[in-house]
Amino acid sequence: MSGLLLASEGIEHASDNSAILPIILALPLVGAVLILFTAKARPDLIRTIALTSTAGVAAGAGYALYVFETEDPGVQFYVSRNWVQALDIKFALGVTGISLMLVMLTGALCFLAVCGSKPDHDEKPYYVWLLVLEFACLGAFMARDVFLFFVMFELSIVPLYMLIGGWGHGRRVYAANKFFLYTLLASVLMLVAMVVLAVNAHAGLNGGITFDLDLLANNATGISTALGRWLFLGFAIAFAVKTPLFPFHTWLPDAHTEAPTAGSVDLAAVVLKLGTFGLLQYCVYLFPEAATFWAPTLLTLSVIGIVYGAAVAAMQKNFKRIVAYSSVSHMGFAVLGLFALNTIGIEGSVLVMVNHGIATGALFLLLGWLYKRRHTYEISELSGLQKVAPWFAGAFTVVMLASIGVPGLNGFVGEFLSLLGTFLAARWWAVVAATGVIIAALYLLWAYQRVFHGPVTEANKGFPELSWGERACIVPLIALIVFLGVYPTPLLERIQPSVKALVAHVEQHNDGWHEDVPERQPGTEIATEHDEGGTPAGQSGAGEHGAEGE
Amino acid sequence: MALSVALIPLLPLTGFVILLLFGKQLGEPWAGWLATAMVAASFLVACGVFIGLLDQHENVFVHDYFEWIPAGSFRVDVGALVDPMSISMVLFITGIGSLIHLYAIGYMHGDPKFPKFFLYLNLFVFSMLILVLGNNLLLTFLGWEGVGTCSYFLISFWFDDPANASAGKKAFITNRVGDWGFMVAMFVAFFTFGTLNYEAILADPSGVSQTAVTVIVLMLFVGAVGKSAQIPLYIWLPDAMAGPTPVSALIHAATMVTAGVYLMCRINPLIGAADSWVPWVIAWVGAITALVAASIACSQMDIKKVLAFSTVSQLGYMFLAVGVGAYWVAIFHMVTHAFFKALLFLDSGSVIHGMHDEQDMRRMGALKRFMPITAITMMVGWLAIAGIPPLSGFWSKDEILGKAFEAGGQGYALYAIGTVAALMTAYYMTRLIFRTFYGGENWRVTPVPEHGQTMAAAFAAMEPEARDAARDAVPDLDLAFTPEPAHGHIDAEYEPHESVWQMTVPLIVLSVLAITGGFLSLPFEGLNFFEKWLEPVFERSGVHEGEHSMALVVILLVVGAAVAVAGVLFGYSVWGKKNPSTQRALEPAAAGNGWYYDIVITRFMGGPGELLFNALAWFDRTIIDGAVNGVGVGLVAASQVMRRGQTGYVRRYALGIGFGTLVLLGFVLSKVLVS
Repeated sequence: MSGLLLASEGIEHASDNSAILPIILALPLVGAVLILFTAKARPDLIRTIALTSTAGVAAGAGYALYVFETEDPGVQFYVSRNWVQALDIKFALGVTGISLMLVMLTGALCFLAVCGSKPDHDEKPYYVWLLVLEFACLGAFMARDVFLFFVMFELSIVPLYMLIGGWGHGRRVYAANKFFLYTLLASVLMLVAMVVLAVNAHAGLNGGITFDLDLLANNATGISTALGRWLFLGFAIAFAVKTPLFPFHTWLPDAHTEAPTAGSVDLAAVVLKLGTFGLLQYCVYLFPEAATFWAPTLLTLSVIGIVYGAAVAAMQKNFKRIVAYSSVSHMGFAVLGLFALNTIGIEGSVLVMVNHGIATGALFLLLGWLYKRRHTYEISELSGLQKVAPWFAGAFTVVMLASIGVPGLNGFVGEFLSLLGTFLAARWWAVVAATGVIIAALYLLWAYQRVFHGPVTEANKGFPELSWGERACIVPLIALIVFLGVYPTPLLERIQPSVKALVAHVEQHNDGWHEDVPERQPGTEIATEHDEGGTPAGQSGAGEHGAEGE
Repeated sequence: MALSVALIPLLPLTGFVILLLFGKQLGEPWAGWLATAMVAASFLVACGVFIGLLDQHENVFVHDYFEWIPAGSFRVDVGALVDPMSISMVLFITGIGSLIHLYAIGYMHGDPKFPKFFLYLNLFVFSMLILVLGNNLLLTFLGWEGVGTCSYFLISFWFDDPANASAGKKAFITNRVGDWGFMVAMFVAFFTFGTLNYEAILADPSGVSQTAVTVIVLMLFVGAVGKSAQIPLYIWLPDAMAGPTPVSALIHAATMVTAGVYLMCRINPLIGAADSWVPWVIAWVGAITALVAASIACSQMDIKKVLAFSTVSQLGYMFLAVGVGAYWVAIFHMVTHAFFKALLFLDSGSVIHGMHDEQDMRRMGALKRFMPITAITMMVGWLAIAGIPPLSGFWSKDEILGKAFEAGGQGYALYAIGTVAALMTAYYMTRLIFRTFYGGENWRVTPVPEHGQTMAAAFAAMEPEARDAARDAVPDLDLAFTPEPAHGHIDAEYEPHESVWQMTVPLIVLSVLAITGGFLSLPFEGLNFFEKWLEPVFERSGVHEGEHSMALVVILLVVGAAVAVAGVLFGYSVWGKKNPSTQRALEPAAAGNGWYYDIVITRFMGGPGELLFNALAWFDRTIIDGAVNGVGVGLVAASQVMRRGQTGYVRRYALGIGFGTLVLLGFVLSKVLVS
């Protein structure tokens, strides 16, 4: 075990904040347990507990963001405990710049989702399931052990199933079953792939079994190229369903439409990111050679998803389904940038994940408030809302423009970098994908026109304006949307080192393959040489040290 | 210098933020005064920057403020590029902008959303200033999208009417087609140059692949065609007149729509380095747009629609100038056009205001008596755009035509097209003036269309006697156009009135500018101040001034003046006198309907386009989701079959076990016996 000991020692020097991730992770669980022991007749107390624990996660994640070493490409706040020693399964947590962003996103959006919506019955189980969902997602983003990740990934399905089935609208049982079966079946493939990888990789001590992510990524000597490509596919299908990538997307509109507001917000903002995050941290990091092999396929599917999702969104008659299909389109940008496999594209991809979480989370919150007032999502039932509720319309407009990708708001930066990175790697894909921005304007503005413009019909005359509580909930999101559009540097500078390390990792495992960077003209001065020629080794210190320990 | 340059856009932004937070509290008219003051202050600062720029090396000032997007080898800063071209743009944007803000205080009087209107206007000015001051393509794109978004807000400002809301959406989406081109151009530019900074891109494009430069220029041109309403993407601009008239003047005439021309002028070294056919494409698109739009303007009934098509046409002239390499002339015409077109729009707004929202010229006439200031200032605008010397439009338009002529080859054809369009321009503006300000008081005899009703329908529904009287006064009441929204509702007793001082003062200032603007640059050595001022911006464009004789210049000027006078006289002979048959002959329904181009596009989008999208939605529901559910159904069906075995009867299981044992026994026995 000396190698692994070294590994954790190597991390410690980075900071003394090793307790931070376990604390963040434990908070929702503690909240859930407390709620279980609270009387059912005290819904206000239950809500307070839920609010406090989710606020605690958000604050903790904010602290982590603050103390995070910006220049360090490796894993930070790493902690590890043995779980199943015989198989070297560990309860190992840690974040890179990439996963840190998603932890932060989870903390912020789960808190606002609780703030912005209330269940109409059975508060107790509702909040328990919400908190379990947050726990599972946080765990999946923090995990540095493939087995732990798998457990958390699977765990996230259960609470969402319960939330849709128990508190949803309309055909909620159908939607919940579809979601559960579809995502569960897909992850069975991942389970098989994971076991085959762990058994055959010989990456552990003395060539034994291990589930340690970094060891598997750097020391997997027993995996042939062909096997690696198959295993990649096993993981990728599970993530493609979760993302969702065309043509595995049809569970999403149903799940979104029938889910309660908080469920929709968490689903769009956080759960979908498990898919793209998985593609990044498990598919690309564990199988860098297979990633270059499968990249054209995944790029093609994302381009189809971007254009197709937008076109189908335009024809929906239910407002929530429009936003659901827009997620198919937007998540396509995340996968697109990722499989450009260059620094610009992957940074764009991570930004798309964060920005989509914020903008679509905000859209679902607003739609939830719309439903609370009118008990419908049908566009034909709504008209002239801007006249009766200018605040509501104003908030919706900003979020919508962010979602369309208007520069100056957050959505643009990620999409642009994603497309730019893709252009460098596969130009025609980027040119076609960019048409998605035209259709995005079409479906959202058209829906906006039908719902918010035009004369106020009788049924919408009494539409109440946003309450102060709701304003307090949406204003921080709008502030984030503007801030990250004008000044995304705080995110980019934390993401960049990890992304560079990942790209270097891919280069290392692909002989003669290099990241696509622009041709540089002699004479055109470029003021961008920050730290070229540094030593971007494996993605994490743990992997490096593990290798030395052998 | 860095601070004062930053102040130029920050002042309107401050106005926007204050109005966002306290707009309602400020209310009317203080919200308007605040917004006006912010833009006027920005203009004063810009004047200071202009004077400061004279001291700078080569009159250029560049400054990076902060890092906007750093990602890998990609990096874009928020930075300013102040050079003779951008400061000229800034001066006329803030100058005309503050006049239009002042005007809007009077025009928007009594509107319940008064503060919100000025909020959008200030945000617009901010975005426009970012567009022209940005020192890289991405920052220009930020402003580009910002002005587009404000334009969307302002076109659909009176969103209760579905037509206005549709017009806003149409403008945004049509522009998005152009934005796609802009984005692809940025990808190629980064791929080629490794940066999006103007300084680096424009420094020396001769060393890079000509194909790449050609693609960049063409894709940016796609963007410019969208923003500046050229063929084939011009359809959004006439509809954009649904917005309040100050918006039409500021955004859809003077500033935003010229952004495409600005962009083309900014990248002039790239146009010079692109394939040699690229400038001709630009010139031809411009010339044909100028001609087609002018021909449509000749048959419009809505006073703002005439001016809208006129704007499309004048923008075409600017692209013609860009295409023949006369970049400074494009900017020159942009400035004079901003003067006289803003004036014309504001005048039309004053007319509409005085006529209580009536926009149909068939219901106007004899208004000179009721609103003399509006009438006189609008006539200044008329003579300026018609190209009557020595007003501003004469100098800039003839400079463009002269440059086209000097280009030779295809240039002669372009010159001919431009001259025909100039003749039409003089004609349709004369028609507008005489229909509006002279003749009889037609609103007293013509019918009032109800909401959604066309004039032709209202006319057909009249009593026979009244109909004859109306036909005698106005010969073309039976012409119907699509779409033709009716706004006005004044009846025969209505008395038009002149506008308030907040509206007339900008009219007077702008008419002085429209008269004198041309003297910025006269085509004579020593008097071409504006040309000399802009010269350094375009010295890397690869265009070299040919030797041209003074005689040719004078001949072209005389021809230009003669064409303008001919157009005006012809217009007068038709519309200044009672000449119903000629009047009708000059208004073919096809031209009035914009040669049916817009209608065909709309039908296509509503027909095959929607059908395709619906087919995709059907495919998603039936095939893709059907496959998923099919797997589920298949599994259930399979389990139904399997289930038959699980009956729960012990005797059945016993039978099964017994049968199985027999088979096994038989198998084992056969093996044993055979061996």
